Amino acid sequence: MSDPVLLLALLAAATARGAVPLALAALGGLFAERSGIVDIGLEGKMLASAFAAAATAAVTGSAWAGLAAGIAAAVLVGLVHGFACITHHGNQVVSGMALNITISGLTVVLGYAWFHEGGQTPLLGPGARFGPMELPGVAAVGAIPGLGLVYREVVSGHNLLVYIAAVAVPVVAWIVYRTRFGLRLRAVGESPGAVDTAGISVSGVRYRALAASGVLCGLSGAYLSIAHNASFIRDMSAGKGYLALAALIFGQWRPLPTLGACVLFAFADVVQARLQGTPLPVVGVVPVQLIQAIPYVLTVLLLAGFVGRAVAPRAIGVPYIKER
Amino acid sequence: MTGSLPWRAWRGWLVPVLLPAINLGLALLLSAIVVVLIGESPLRALRLLVSGAFGNAEALGYTLYYATNFIFTGLAVAVAFHGGLFNIGAEGQAYIGGLVVALLCLGAGGWPTVLVIPVAIAAAALGGAAWAFVPAWLQARRGSHVVITTIMFNFIASALMTHLLVNVLIKPGQQSPETREFAASTWMPQLHDLARAAGWEIGRSPVNLSLVLALAVGGLVWLYLWHTRWGYELRALGHNETAAIYGGIQPARIVIVAMCVSGALAGLMSLNEVMGVQHRLLLNFPGGAGYVGIAVALMGRNHPAGIVIAAVLFGALYQGGSELSFDMPKLTRDMVVVIQGLIILVCGALENALRAPLDALVRRGARGAVVTGSTP
Repeated sequence: MSDPVLLLALLAAATARGAVPLALAALGGLFAERSGIVDIGLEGKMLASAFAAAATAAVTGSAWAGLAAGIAAAVLVGLVHGFACITHHGNQVVSGMALNITISGLTVVLGYAWFHEGGQTPLLGPGARFGPMELPGVAAVGAIPGLGLVYREVVSGHNLLVYIAAVAVPVVAWIVYRTRFGLRLRAVGESPGAVDTAGISVSGVRYRALAASGVLCGLSGAYLSIAHNASFIRDMSAGKGYLALAALIFGQWRPLPTLGACVLFAFADVVQARLQGTPLPVVGVVPVQLIQAIPYVLTVLLLAGFVGRAVAPRAIGVPYIKER
Repeated sequence: MTGSLPWRAWRGWLVPVLLPAINLGLALLLSAIVVVLIGESPLRALRLLVSGAFGNAEALGYTLYYATNFIFTGLAVAVAFHGGLFNIGAEGQAYIGGLVVALLCLGAGGWPTVLVIPVAIAAAALGGAAWAFVPAWLQARRGSHVVITTIMFNFIASALMTHLLVNVLIKPGQQSPETREFAASTWMPQLHDLARAAGWEIGRSPVNLSLVLALAVGGLVWLYLWHTRWGYELRALGHNETAAIYGGIQPARIVIVAMCVSGALAGLMSLNEVMGVQHRLLLNFPGGAGYVGIAVALMGRNHPAGIVIAAVLFGALYQGGSELSFDMPKLTRDMVVVIQGLIILVCGALENALRAPLDALVRRGARGAVVTGSTP
């Protein structure tokens, strides 16, 4: 077995693990933004879910209860966003920022008061989190040279939520492009007036989009605290929500390109962690911060139209006020 | 019911004054629920918070020191708001402003203080404006949404500053990523020192000359917005872009100018932190003040006078909040962040929720007055 191949396999597995929370949150944002609601609150929804999931899993000892609580928390945050932006035509960016800030404080305050561990939740035991799963046939397929290595190191051995994320991408693409709800969703984001004329409730579609966003962000947050890690740590989303938003824009609000952007951003992060202090040929030691900034710089360049063109849903950010 | 004349005079200012007060009350009520959830008494918490923020001269000084930051960032967000732009990047702009100020202070050790201060003001403003210029230019010329680009620029600023502080500007032979201390001649004079020189004894606190600068800048912003052509064009653009263009206003130029002014105001915040208090460049010194600026601008209804009042309120929250956490260990300082977020939510995102019923109430009151008085 050659070492570089194994290294590549490990890099790929690490990239997959890093891309999962981004992809889940970005797909959530896709629902919201395609319906015309700016979803800066991805960060807050992830964080709320991470906290609720870890807290519930710590108390009940059940990972599934944790996951349910995480999803419920993120959906609730999404509905508050909807109440402000859809029902009361509030500014969507202001509302999203408000929720992000509130949650970044609230999770620490509640965590500190409930668990007395400086804002952390207690470390979860094996039953209270989603541990790595061995896929069937690892022993059999793993024996095949080449393919076996990929199957054993890259495909198998992740936790359940990684596989859910992998399934979520085609499912979201199918919902958005192949179902009646998806058609209405896209229409509401482009031309809410036309949808309203057709007798469909704009608010209804947008609330459902925010609920869907909440479910996916809930999965993303639960992944952070009860699957990838074993407790909630303050500010553990650490800008991943904003990065997911950037990936969504980079993927031009389409599921597959968005997944591609998430993988790219996650790969940049893995490389950055690997390269810490290692000199590269020709350029020497690259500061890790430079690599960390790459996703943000790329997104700005894309938005500026220097690499491709990002065309947002037409009605995004505009509250729909029904004429009387 | 009062007569019609007072009522008609009332209607003008009743909503703008009453609405923030009611919204603030609602945000505090929601915060009180959180405090109850934790198992503490919200009334006792409020009492501790107020006495911690205003109880003595020193506490008041700290409150005003925090308020100084928030006046600058609040003005920064407000100027952009008037043009219909949402500058989330005040955090990054303040960070870069601080970098320029720190470089100046490190290099200007031999200069007299009277020379350092004006140059530092220019440097801070320039640094902040430069960091805001790129998103502004991209918005004006390439149509990239300023909300997303300024968020991205916050992260880029953070990466850049971490790199500079960890690898370049770090004081040799130390672990923590910060520069060496500036020479004392480049420090922003403390107000208690100035007061003592004038024969007046006030408590020791970090409040410094930047507060005076912040108030003066607030006045200048008021002049810019309501008494200059640029300010008029900016507000026209924010109210109705189509009408503004029809009236001969060039949006691109106005957007760039407004964002640069906004960035410059955010950059000035670094004078208070870097030059006034820390006297060195620290990692993440803006500490979220850029985001507090959003709350302050919304609360102060984008008017400099309102912003100063809201900034003092938030200064009191920050100062009182840290005192509070001493007396009530169950309530950490993060409670202040919760209150801040709730205020943005209620005053910003949900402002229409209470406005309509309040408007209706005022109108009904006016109608009632009309019955007893003259025609409306």
